[in-house]
Amino acid sequence: MNLRNGRSKALAIGAVALVSTLSLSACGTDDNSSNNTSGSSASGGSTAAAPAKIVCADKGGQLLGAGSTAQAPAIDVWKAAYSAACSSATLTYSGGGSGAGVTQFNQGKIAFAGSDSALKPAEVDASKAVCTGGQAIDLPMVGGLVSIVFNIEGVDKLVVDGPTLAKIFDSQITKWNDPAIAALNPGVNLPAADIQAIHRSEDSGTTANLTGYLAKAGGGNWKYPAAKAWAGQGGQSANGSAGVAALVKQTKNSISYVELSYAQTNKLNSAAINTGASKPVEATAANAAATLASAKVTGTGADLALDIDYATKAEGNYPITLVTYEIVCDKGNKAETLPVLKSFLNYTVSDAGQQAIGAVGYVPLPAELATKVKTQIDALA
Amino acid sequence: MTSAPPADARGRARRSRGDSRRGDSVFFNLSRGSGILLLVIMAAIAGFLAYRSFLALGKNEGNFLTSFEWTPDAAKPVFGIAVLTFGTLVSALIAMIIAVPVAVGIALFISHYAPRRIAQPFAYLVDLLAAVPSIVYGLWGVLFLVPHMDGLTSWMDQYLGWTYLFDQSSAGVPARNLFTVGILLAIMVLPIITAVTREVFRQVPRMHEEAALALGATRWEMIRTAVLPFGRPGIISASMLGLGRALGETIAVATVLSTNSVLSLHLLDPGGGTFAQNIALKFNEAQPLGRDALMASGLVLFVITLLVNGAARMIIARRKEYSGAAA
Repeated sequence: MNLRNGRSKALAIGAVALVSTLSLSACGTDDNSSNNTSGSSASGGSTAAAPAKIVCADKGGQLLGAGSTAQAPAIDVWKAAYSAACSSATLTYSGGGSGAGVTQFNQGKIAFAGSDSALKPAEVDASKAVCTGGQAIDLPMVGGLVSIVFNIEGVDKLVVDGPTLAKIFDSQITKWNDPAIAALNPGVNLPAADIQAIHRSEDSGTTANLTGYLAKAGGGNWKYPAAKAWAGQGGQSANGSAGVAALVKQTKNSISYVELSYAQTNKLNSAAINTGASKPVEATAANAAATLASAKVTGTGADLALDIDYATKAEGNYPITLVTYEIVCDKGNKAETLPVLKSFLNYTVSDAGQQAIGAVGYVPLPAELATKVKTQIDALA
Repeated sequence: MTSAPPADARGRARRSRGDSRRGDSVFFNLSRGSGILLLVIMAAIAGFLAYRSFLALGKNEGNFLTSFEWTPDAAKPVFGIAVLTFGTLVSALIAMIIAVPVAVGIALFISHYAPRRIAQPFAYLVDLLAAVPSIVYGLWGVLFLVPHMDGLTSWMDQYLGWTYLFDQSSAGVPARNLFTVGILLAIMVLPIITAVTREVFRQVPRMHEEAALALGATRWEMIRTAVLPFGRPGIISASMLGLGRALGETIAVATVLSTNSVLSLHLLDPGGGTFAQNIALKFNEAQPLGRDALMASGLVLFVITLLVNGAARMIIARRKEYSGAAA
């Protein structure tokens, strides 16, 4: 009797807890969607104008995509706006990593893949089996930047450069008051404390971008190739951008790297980078867009793979800039998904689409590049 | 008149025996089928892991058993399980050292000390701990436990630093180390060990306990002479169940541990890694070779778990002769 009472009571408590979490999470989603719409409407000019820019496909259908988790939040924003405008089309994007996305694309399971890096020649060859009469191409779609975040008591502006960063992340510089850092930050009172350098514990595109920068602009102090897996000596690791941001937040004298949105939402200080330009470049979307605008297209034909110059010395060009791609077939896309695919990508590359993701911490593509991408989207067959 | 009922009864008996034979054979085949199915599944998992590992091991340019690095997707693929084996065993060992005595204490409290009214809800509460998803433990660990470990770790560094194990290389580092992971794992395996040992302690024959009390034993002496010897195989198998979970725990470890490829006996320094954590973190972005390499490490974990379980079975089988079975 006693037992039964205890159980039903516990069940009741559990039920109450469940109900309250459900209602909480419901509130959460509500908030998000209203944020999203306000974000896109603000950029579109007025609430009525933003959805009008989305041109729906004549025929609806299901559009499947998968891949990069770095661009998943951007796709979520687009998906919300796109499905609000085009109710006949359903869009599904599952993360799972760039590698998994490309694999699924080359198996013909999905209409497009999101990827942090441009296709390798072997992957392009493999795609010819799926893209009848064509091959897979890279379309730059989601720009971003990797921000160097730090947490030093009493210091809210910090300047670093490539060689110093390489030494910090490889444990060659271990104190904040090291002469190399002090020289870059005249007048800043740096503590005599140990540097807690933090990196990602799992393989990550963010790490690949940072190490790409360190290998190119580190003046030979970064002895490892650009890779998704961390290779540097020492330091600590945390899982995921969220984990890294939380660790920086709770660890004094720490430094790490996260994408801009995580730096913004966690209110972390971002370091400016001395690239050799007349003054240090701040980690802002505008500065990253400037870098994207000067990036060279290295893809051939319809492929628009970009080569971002990490060692840029141009004024106001933030060096640790990245772009992630949508991978589609230039010819030979599946007939039933092609109209929706073109319609969706036309929205994402449009000004409204790019401004919408700019509001959540991404870097909108510069106009010239966006026009190039749009030309390729219109030519998809 | 008199012969009729026996014939009827005999007929009924035969019929019912026939039924029970059919039931017997159906049940026998069902249970045999389940047994075979289990073996087939185990063999399929082992075969799959072995095949994929075989693919990866041929391309490994390091030593699989002694290399520290895990870079199977690099231009020169090198991957080894030394750090992972060490981290897995050490964190599970710490968890066991902390969890087993506490779990036995809780189980004794529930089965022998606590008043009925408290024991029931208390047991229920402990069981509830087992239902918390491991990601929640992970988040609790990283957001609450790690910041609150600072005091303990610097105390241990100061007074136990001479043991080398508890010597901290540099102060002010968040405690995302194997020791903290061990504590977190201890909390996670506590309910499993407690639940099983509690049930075993409940099975102790009343006669044994009363005999001990009648001989003038105090309650503690009764527990020591009657309950604990009877429950020992149960404690061991419960610990092995818990150890299995500690060895295989994935996401909580991945969330809390700061990983690197250094094998260090300084348990308070962040670093190291475990099999399951490594698989969870590396799988998403792994290339085909990297995936096969992770399978190989999975196979090793599989073998370690088998060995541990086998050892536990042997211990129990030996103990049974003079304690549990004699009752």
